[in-house]
Amino acid sequence: MNGDVLVYVETRDGAVKPSSLELLTAARQLADGAGGMVDALVAGGPLGAVEALSGVADRVLVATHPALEQYLPEAHAALLRSVVAERNPALALFAYSAAGLDLAADVAARTDRAVIDYCVKLSATGREIETTSLIYGGKLRAVSRARSPAVAVIVPGAYPEARPDPARRTTTVEIAAPPRLDALRTAFVVETRPAEGTVDLAGAAKILCVGRGIHDKDSVEVARQVADALGAEIAGSRPVIDNGWLAKERQVGKSGCRVKPKLYLAAGVSGAPEHLEGMSGAELIIAINTDARAPIFGVAHFGATCDLFDLLPALGERLGKGRAA
Amino acid sequence: MQIGVALRLVPDASGDLDIAENGQDIDREWVDLKLNEFDDQALEEALTLKENAGATVIAFAFDGVGADRLLQSALARGADRVIKLRNPFGDGLRARAAARLLAPTIRELGLDLVLTGVLGIDEIHGQLAPFLGATLDWPHVSVVSEIRCDVGALLARQETDGGFSTTLRVRLPAVIGVQTASRPIRYASGAKLRQFIGQKIALTDSNADCGDLAAELLRLERPRSDKGAIMWEGDADQVAEALHDLLVARGLAKETMR
Repeated sequence: MNGDVLVYVETRDGAVKPSSLELLTAARQLADGAGGMVDALVAGGPLGAVEALSGVADRVLVATHPALEQYLPEAHAALLRSVVAERNPALALFAYSAAGLDLAADVAARTDRAVIDYCVKLSATGREIETTSLIYGGKLRAVSRARSPAVAVIVPGAYPEARPDPARRTTTVEIAAPPRLDALRTAFVVETRPAEGTVDLAGAAKILCVGRGIHDKDSVEVARQVADALGAEIAGSRPVIDNGWLAKERQVGKSGCRVKPKLYLAAGVSGAPEHLEGMSGAELIIAINTDARAPIFGVAHFGATCDLFDLLPALGERLGKGRAA
Repeated sequence: MQIGVALRLVPDASGDLDIAENGQDIDREWVDLKLNEFDDQALEEALTLKENAGATVIAFAFDGVGADRLLQSALARGADRVIKLRNPFGDGLRARAAARLLAPTIRELGLDLVLTGVLGIDEIHGQLAPFLGATLDWPHVSVVSEIRCDVGALLARQETDGGFSTTLRVRLPAVIGVQTASRPIRYASGAKLRQFIGQKIALTDSNADCGDLAAELLRLERPRSDKGAIMWEGDADQVAEALHDLLVARGLAKETMR
């Protein structure tokens, strides 16, 4: 690979999201190997984000326009197409996020580039980029090859967050907003923030999380009793929430809450990458799943493949005889 | 309003997946196919829109093993029409090529809205919704969990992260990558399924220049974890004992009164 690496930077409340800082680590490794520069594109140009990228990227590309102030997929895609067409980076990097899902394939399709998703590892030799991706819910890895210029989407947690290097001189480059921003078919209406004061999963010391393997709402109630005996919050992975068995504020994972409890007991959770993203930092992870190859066992500290419908009552009985610590 | 829903069959990854001898695919001989779970949500959302705002729902699928049954089930759930498209790529059909094959039919039908699942369990070279949006030059939004109709547009709630979501007004025609329907999925009754199960579904030609821009899949591998869990053996009672002992030892539960 020869050339520059472009990173699409996501922000919240003016700050760079951790997943974007992780992209910048990958970008630095690849750009250094290719003799290229790391370009960080900040749509809307919030000052805090631009300052945070000083000493991290070589160039911070800033575009300002009223349509870029909030995240609008159509507006950000138009900006990206314009930047990619003009600067022709060898590789454009996105985080595996809602924005990454909107933008990476769009930009690849409209600028005739290959795109590779769910990457946990990237390397480059000459014009060839080799990637390792998660596939089949993380049960397998897929090794792919593409020729640059290309687009890649990286799973959060695959790389450490980039830290500023005081010796690195970062320049800020103003990018012209593309004309298409004045004729958008998409408009921002409102952002909804997580409800406060209902459940504080992020601050919970102990969480019992049930997954698809819990099968039905009645069984969730059995798990809830065990959680109560344990002094834990009950939580669910996406399928449990989608089925309406638990409220949305109890979802752990990409679309839900990111948690870091002292204890995370996962019952019937397979461990899709979107779920692991939200809980792999827990201090003690215990997983119960009848599938010995479930990806959750890759991050768990302890596990068992027994039937959770037998295990939960047995555990509840023991906890009931003592009391939660 | 005419709503198209693109449905795909994917390998059921809930059980064991073996890697084929050539190393580039899973061994499909003993793997069941199932409706991609996000496409299932997309169909539910289309049917909900039909109920709430009035619409014609047209379900699409590519030809292959199980395609007829998939489309018959869509009819039983409430789709008004189904279209089975020729698939020149077989198991190797990727989202980018699928978008190019679907686009001419979508244009020809004059659809207002296309829904599909936000991603597929085997899609590692781009997703269908953004590829379709880019191919059709329609606005598109992914990771959507609720759609409501507005005048000449729709309101789509996009799940961002950490429990945040954004509502966007998207002018039609548009493509939406659905993560979750507004309501839990309703399945067709046995009587409805029997009504449609024998229905013959014609094959519609689809051709497009699909180019060769996709990345090349070199091989599949099993994850190598240098971590891995310490596994407790035994029946549920023995595991519960070991688990409880661990919790007590770590100060996370009180010792049992015997």
